[in-house]
Amino acid sequence: MTEETRKEYWRWPEGSWVNPGIDWQKGTIITAGVDVGSVSSQAVVLVDSELYVFSNTRTGSDSPDSARKALSIAVGETGLTVDNIDYCIGTGYGRVNVPMAQRTITEIACHARGANFMYGPQVRTVMDMGGQDCKAINCDDKGKVLNFMMNDKCAAGTGRGMEVFADLIRVPVWEIGPRSFQIKKEPPMISSTCVVFAKSEVVGLLEKGVPENDIMAAYCAAMAHRIMELLNRLGVHEKFVITGGIAKNEGVVKRLEKELGIKTAEKAWYNPAYKAYPFDTQIAGALGAALFAVAMVSKGKVQSVRKK
Amino acid sequence: MIVAGIDVGGKNVHVVILKDGAIAAQGAAAAGIQKAQAAERLYDEMLRKAGLTQADVGRVVATGSAGKRVAFADACIADAAADARGVNRLFPSTRTVIDVGAEEGRAIKISPDGKVLDFAINEKCAAGTGTFVEAMAIALEISVEEMSTISLKSNKSIPMNAQCAVFGESEVVSLIHQNTEKQDIAKAVHDAIAGRVASVARIVGMEKDIAVIGGMAKNEGFIDSLKKEIGMDIIVPVDPDFVGALGAAESAAKGVLEEKVAAKVVGQEIVEGG
Amino acid sequence: MQAFYGYKDGSGDWFIVIDSDGCDGCGRCVEACPADVLEVGDDEYDPLSEKHCARVKEDERKKIRYTCAPCQPGHGEAPTPCVAACKTRAISHTESWRQSYAKK
Repeated sequence: MTEETRKEYWRWPEGSWVNPGIDWQKGTIITAGVDVGSVSSQAVVLVDSELYVFSNTRTGSDSPDSARKALSIAVGETGLTVDNIDYCIGTGYGRVNVPMAQRTITEIACHARGANFMYGPQVRTVMDMGGQDCKAINCDDKGKVLNFMMNDKCAAGTGRGMEVFADLIRVPVWEIGPRSFQIKKEPPMISSTCVVFAKSEVVGLLEKGVPENDIMAAYCAAMAHRIMELLNRLGVHEKFVITGGIAKNEGVVKRLEKELGIKTAEKAWYNPAYKAYPFDTQIAGALGAALFAVAMVSKGKVQSVRKK
Repeated sequence: MIVAGIDVGGKNVHVVILKDGAIAAQGAAAAGIQKAQAAERLYDEMLRKAGLTQADVGRVVATGSAGKRVAFADACIADAAADARGVNRLFPSTRTVIDVGAEEGRAIKISPDGKVLDFAINEKCAAGTGTFVEAMAIALEISVEEMSTISLKSNKSIPMNAQCAVFGESEVVSLIHQNTEKQDIAKAVHDAIAGRVASVARIVGMEKDIAVIGGMAKNEGFIDSLKKEIGMDIIVPVDPDFVGALGAAESAAKGVLEEKVAAKVVGQEIVEGG
Repeated sequence: MQAFYGYKDGSGDWFIVIDSDGCDGCGRCVEACPADVLEVGDDEYDPLSEKHCARVKEDERKKIRYTCAPCQPGHGEAPTPCVAACKTRAISHTESWRQSYAKK
């Protein structure tokens, strides 16, 4: 199996979008946010605080290259270049290197801000699960962080936990969610917290002949349980939203809602003018970064670096 | 008197048969999924090897994370108690025992007569266990034995960021992509786990003599890293992975059926009776 | 704003909690910590504010369980050095350390 084929099981598909209703040349303030995650990278450009372009791409082995690629795919054929951007903020996992950014802001702050823009001012709790971490964030009506908890030490309850599982049973992650509900009865969840031990447990179940869909249900339930524990430690308040790749896995999301007794907000833009725009939960971080950039430029806290 | 000790761990089963205090037979096998069956099969095999039958054995004591599943055992004792007895028989000067197996790591403070005074355990997380080293060996595409040997050739100290077996694997892969020498990566892996094991041991206090047992003790690279980490000498018994079973057999011989263990546990409440 | 620095894994929840509203950036906890895990810096989570606040150094967060263990958080009556040093009670530990001290 080649590296590429192996990765097909768990990486969400790439994509990008350009807002047909905006001509960037007529814009006053153009800002960008680039979020380089451990697994995927996103870039968002705002023109006068309106969503102009975004991309969702795969992070390569090189952080600066991944940042450049994300931005270049986002701007596509629009003719917009780095020189046209007033201010760019980088964010993401660990000590990211976003070469075109003027500064970096922690992804916690960016996700809260981005979720506030996407889902609206009623958002109070954001759960983001990336490739190698899981964050629970409480925020106010302006998207400002009130408290947070992050786990990036332990693979359980991170995207990597799902990757290991998808690879093991050779089922792509976008199928795991739906298939986990094609079962007769909800099975007991995988008992091991540790992904490595959970893997042995899954092997044992496969050897016993437990149906694959049931095993998927058991694994999604275990993951939902870990997330629930993290969230309950912090306190969950409605509107509760999920960002990051895991938001696309209904197998985990629905079970998490059940454990919490709280439903996640509908995956739809708060701004009615955005109704027709695609809604990608993975862009929240980059979007928040771009919004911070607008705030800083328009408040005069930073100088624009725009060349053209 | 003929007694037997059976240690059913996360990955392996170990059996020791004592005849009038001397080892008549000992053996190990993979525990697999059906641990109870694996334990019984190995026990029967060892009996045959010693020219004995089940009826000849006066008492059987089990231990290990799956010790309770050994239905034919007369009793099951805590891992810490078994380790303490086993080490005490071999090296009575020992005051601190460090036991790192496939799925658990523990540190035990023991008395001069082999009783458990205090212990700390690292469980439910592969990062402080033999499983961590195995996962890294797979990423390096070499055996654990090879990893142990080559790590001793390295004199670099590359700190590992990851504190998790799964994330550690990605870190090893990216070190490989950066053309880091395998021997240096191997040493980094051993240093990393030695750091975690030492941290658990410091909770009970590092008092000499210090003995290290369990499967990981066979890994010379790990022992070397651990020695450097704690800055003290370490005793590694021959067949360190058999010490638990030996201790269980000793316990059978001494007629002690169960020990309540005072526990100072890292991350788990009181562990009683194994 | 309550910031939890540390991690959660199968063995428990191991976090130092710093309340940035209560913290005035005085740095006494930084001095008091025998393991040197704390530092004072910009409030990372409110990029538009000028405030300074204590936090756990990034490299220390994933091993905090072991680093804090020698100070025995939650054991007996005596607070840890960092907690004792803080005049505004802005720093504390989560429960897993205390839960790990079993009684005979």
